[in-house]
Amino acid sequence: MSATTADRPVLTLGDSSRHRAPNLWQRYRRHRLAVAGGAVLLILVLLSVFLPFFLSHAPNAIDLTAYRKPPGGDHLLGTDSSGRDVLARLMVAGRVSLSVGIVAVAIYVAIGTVLGGLGGYFGGLIDGVVMRLADMVLSFPSIIVIITIVSILGPNITNVMLVIGLMGWPPIARLVRGEFLTLREREFVTASRATGASNSRIIFRHVLPNAITPVIVAATFGMAQAILLEAALSFLGMGVQPPQASWGNMLNAAQSITIIEEMPWLWLPPGIMIVLAVLSINFVGDGFRDALDPRAKR
Amino acid sequence: MGRFLLRRLLISAPVLLGITLVMFIIANMAPGDPITALMNPEQAANMGPEWVEAQKEQLGLNDPAPVRYLKWLGQTAQGNLGFSFVDRQPVSHKIGERVWPTVKLMLTVLIVSVLVGVPLGVLSALRQYSWIDYLLTVIGFLTVSIPSFFLAMGLIYIFSLKLDWFPAAGMYTVGRDRTFLDSLRYMVLPASVLGLAQAAPIIRYTRASLLETITQEYVTVARAKGLAENGVIVRHALRNALIPIVTIIALDVPRLLGGTVIIEQVFSWPGMGSLAIASVTGRDYNVLMGINLIAAVMILLSNLLADAIYSIVDPRIRYG
Repeated sequence: MSATTADRPVLTLGDSSRHRAPNLWQRYRRHRLAVAGGAVLLILVLLSVFLPFFLSHAPNAIDLTAYRKPPGGDHLLGTDSSGRDVLARLMVAGRVSLSVGIVAVAIYVAIGTVLGGLGGYFGGLIDGVVMRLADMVLSFPSIIVIITIVSILGPNITNVMLVIGLMGWPPIARLVRGEFLTLREREFVTASRATGASNSRIIFRHVLPNAITPVIVAATFGMAQAILLEAALSFLGMGVQPPQASWGNMLNAAQSITIIEEMPWLWLPPGIMIVLAVLSINFVGDGFRDALDPRAKR
Repeated sequence: MGRFLLRRLLISAPVLLGITLVMFIIANMAPGDPITALMNPEQAANMGPEWVEAQKEQLGLNDPAPVRYLKWLGQTAQGNLGFSFVDRQPVSHKIGERVWPTVKLMLTVLIVSVLVGVPLGVLSALRQYSWIDYLLTVIGFLTVSIPSFFLAMGLIYIFSLKLDWFPAAGMYTVGRDRTFLDSLRYMVLPASVLGLAQAAPIIRYTRASLLETITQEYVTVARAKGLAENGVIVRHALRNALIPIVTIIALDVPRLLGGTVIIEQVFSWPGMGSLAIASVTGRDYNVLMGINLIAAVMILLSNLLADAIYSIVDPRIRYG
């Protein structure tokens, strides 16, 4: 960041933007798929947050007279086996999936950044312990461990977020550790230390801000992963529990051969929503990677 | 070679020990205790609480946690994983008959994904920025974004229900001889779902790795010698490009194992994964712990195998 400011001529007349290195947004915009992904994601978020207020059916309202109605008329996307409106459920399920993604990733980014930062900055025993811990968690057969823990703690949305968060930190820790290892040897850190700056000042003012970009990229991809994991857990019946809707448990309720063959409105929409959300987040992550890290040429 | 592997093995020992410790803690968080769960409720009621306490004492349930951990570890090391809460069969026996179907599925997926992924990766690299390169990139993004169970439902809809080419569930046709061809038909759909997800990173890494080696000097030298282009690519560039890919494949085994759990459930594949799900539903924690342990060992072994293959294909590693 500071380099761009220094390189820019001090005296400029008129519009200088054409001569400047492209800023973040300009670099992001070049990635067509990332822009499209961002737009789709925004629409999904807005729809799932606001659309339920405008629908005439509540997501959990059971109407036994409307058993597995095909799309059309009063119910735009039909009804499920309890006569609940599929569209309304689809939208509130979006809130669940997206918030699981955000919260779970926030948890593991926090853990990973702290542990990886400590290991990378201080090295030695701390580093050894943190990295062995990371090895251990990575050696866990994660989905089996997750369903085990969730089934013991009780399957619900909070525990799903917690467990995904607790199992997901090692890659972030490795990333942050690597950044800290190289950054702590850089001249500006040595200079700062020479002026008598404390460790915490060096970490928070100089090292962390420079280490954060790969974390942002990893966290974006991580959100996509977390949404997939929540969907899988709910699909297996170990995640969000009905009547609360999630895309995964809507698919869980649609597992029978009869439904797959004759009632596509019960299983295609939630699946397509998961694909749309995860794909667009992945594209956004790819755009971030290209924009934030110009060195990483694909 | 032997010393190198021994060193790696010694490093994975504390990791395995740590895993068993965490497993034990998790098992202790489970509601109820194995003894109460194993006792006939009627008998326990007749004999009174003293008898229940005596049983617990005898089985060491009142020992402090570290002692119980060591006892449990000793039993586990001897292959005694306890008994199922549900049908009282030994856990090792229950898991034992489920290991082979899972391993069979995983091996098939690994082999197919390498056979498909590596050539496509090479193609993608040799035709960089061509339409096929873009197509493979997009497919790669799609395969990591589609939930495996949703893809499985789609394939069941098309290939089992509409076209009736492949069966939607099971491993063999019931009541018929277990022939290889018969089992192959059951294998196609689950293996395809898992194989797609597994091949995508292989394609990507093969492409990146080959693009990197192709600019190396020894490749230029091989070309300058007048070797045929195919020979240069296969014998010189690809051979070195494959080194990091071996690691990618082995490090991806945990993800494959996770995918197998879900896919076994969808296709009623009689492996460890569907046993795990059944044990979760039946709250059969002893079986669940056993599966966790076996799966962790499988992952450690695959890491070790990666190290071994790595040191064979790249002799420099052994002295690192």
